[in-house]
Order: sequence, then structure tokens, then C-alpha cells
Amino acid sequence: MGKINDVDVINGEGFQLSTLDKVIASARANSVWPLPFATSCCGIEYMASMGSNYDLARFGMERMSFSPRQADLLIVAGTISKKLGPVLKQVYEQMSEPKWVLSVGACACSGGIFDTYSVLQGIDRIIPVDVYVPGCPPRPEQIIDGIMNIHKLVKTESLRRRYSDEYKHLLESYNIESNAE
Amino acid sequence: MQSNLNNEMVLELLQKRFGDVIISATTPYDLLTIEVVSMSCYDIIAWIKDEPTLAIAYLTNLGGVHYPQNEGRELAVVYHLHSLTNNFRIRIKTFLSIENPTIASIVAIHASANWMERETFDFYGIQFKGHPNLVRILNEDSMDYFPMRKEFHLEDETREDKDDRFFGR
Repeated sequence: MGKINDVDVINGEGFQLSTLDKVIASARANSVWPLPFATSCCGIEYMASMGSNYDLARFGMERMSFSPRQADLLIVAGTISKKLGPVLKQVYEQMSEPKWVLSVGACACSGGIFDTYSVLQGIDRIIPVDVYVPGCPPRPEQIIDGIMNIHKLVKTESLRRRYSDEYKHLLESYNIESNAE
Repeated sequence: MQSNLNNEMVLELLQKRFGDVIISATTPYDLLTIEVVSMSCYDIIAWIKDEPTLAIAYLTNLGGVHYPQNEGRELAVVYHLHSLTNNFRIRIKTFLSIENPTIASIVAIHASANWMERETFDFYGIQFKGHPNLVRILNEDSMDYFPMRKEFHLEDETREDKDDRFFGR
């Protein structure tokens, strides 16, 4: 028994055994393509996380996906006004399964200091969120910690999460049509 | 730059031309501020633009104010105008009732009023008659109220976590 990339493997002479779902989960977790939906100061912290000092690329994330169709992880960093809400929802709907959402900063999580008529009081009112990163704005270390938690989900969730009743029910509660076919 | 005009001169010209239409005139911070009858707002703004001695041809700003305690004249429309050739500024105020907040659009005089009138409509519900496209500009289209009117709370009404017991309200 041994471990490669947190995946349990059995090593023998000339062969290595593991289960397929664990290998796939590990492969997914180590090549999460993020789609940054950055609107304000949290976006700047996210850019710092992508830069050479913090270097998200070492987690297989150097490829920013500015098209939602090839993205795995939607990173919402910043204030989302109510007018922008439908745009964010459309971006989420365009992403193909499997997909995860990271909500970065107080504004994306809860509206933050902007408790006002024009600001969405948390993106979880329109799309499901997997991991919340608190902070105003959070430091790159916190954003990386959030991404580590996303990785943990990617590695441990069922590969066919999208077919589960819970997941379908969750999307239904947001009035989002599942695109898992 | 020294101005070719002064407050007294301009007020005299306006009163000579429009008479009783100008309800009052003050000069807070040395800025000539006249209150006018809302029906004549369009004519005054058109005239001071075309009158060669004034040439007040630049619309600096246009906005609304809500005074809920002023019965019958709750909504104000304020125009800030500037003469670039004479370096002279003027502020024109007019009041409307909240039941029928209608005033003539000045887009035909100042094209720059287009978005400012849309904004004023968006936040105060003031109807600018003759505006080419009077729809919301900043808020979401589905919004069903005018958020800068004082009867509406600034805070988002859908928050459940703001319990008064914890916030001392």
C-alpha cells in the first residue's frame, strides 16, 4: 500500500493498483480550470493569488478559463449587484458538469457592507455555492485555503454527483435546469 | 478667468424676460439659484442657451430631490447649467407634486440630458415628457419602485439575519 497524490495505491512489480474513481477524482482535483468572475477588490486579491508570489498554477490551475464552457470552478470574487445577478446565473448555467463554485469575500458570500437595495445579498441566492471564503477582502492565503477545500470536495465527492437526487433537488430549488446528460 | 456676467445682471435679464415665472432667487455660495414654475422650465433653459449675451449652453448636471414634508411639492428637479464662453454658472430648481411628477424633457435642448433624465426617472419616478427612451438606466428593469424616495428603506428588504434584537434598533 502506498499513496500517490492522496490516492491509495497498491504497488507491485511492474504494476500499480487503485480504483478508477479515485484516480479520476485525483486527476480532476489537480487540473481544476477556474473561471474568475471578479468584480472588485476581491478580484485584485485573486489576481495576486494567480501571480508568482502565491502561484495557483502549482495546483494545476494556470489555465484561466474565460469561457464558462470549458471551466470547472466558478470563482466569484466581489460585489454582485442585483442587475448583474442574471448574468452570473447565465455564466453558471453555461458551465458543463462537473462544476463547483467558490464564493470569495464578504460581498459574494452575504452582500458584505453593501446592505442596500441594489446589491445581491449573497450569490447563494441565485446559484449554489460549494465553498465560502470570508474576508474583506480575503488574503491570497485564504483564497488558496478555499481552493484546497474545493480540491477536497472534488476528491471525495461521487464522480456522478450530478445524477444524485440531492444534486438535482438542489438545482431545482435554484430553478436551474440540469445540463448533466 | 473673470466672468463677463454677474448674478444681478443675469437675474435682471431673466426677470425682464420671464417675470412672475421666476418664483424666487437666492445666491448660496455665490451661485445664482432660481426657483421657477415647472411649466416654464423648458422655455427658460432654451432661452438662456440661445440668448447671445448669456450663452449658458452647457448642462453640468440634472438630478432630483425628494422632500416628503413639502406637501404638494415633494419632488424637486434641479438643473445645473454653465456658460463656457462667459464662465458663469446657474442653478434652476423646480418643484413637482408626487401625485403627478411630470415635466417637459430638455433632451431637445441638451442631448446630454438624455441619460440624466433616465437616471432621475429611475430613482425618483419623475416623468420627463418628450424623452425619447424613458426607461431605467442603473437599476434592474424588474424593480417596481423608485429607491431614492424617502419612504423606501436603503437596506435590502429581503435580509432575514438582521434581527433588531442584535442591532439595537
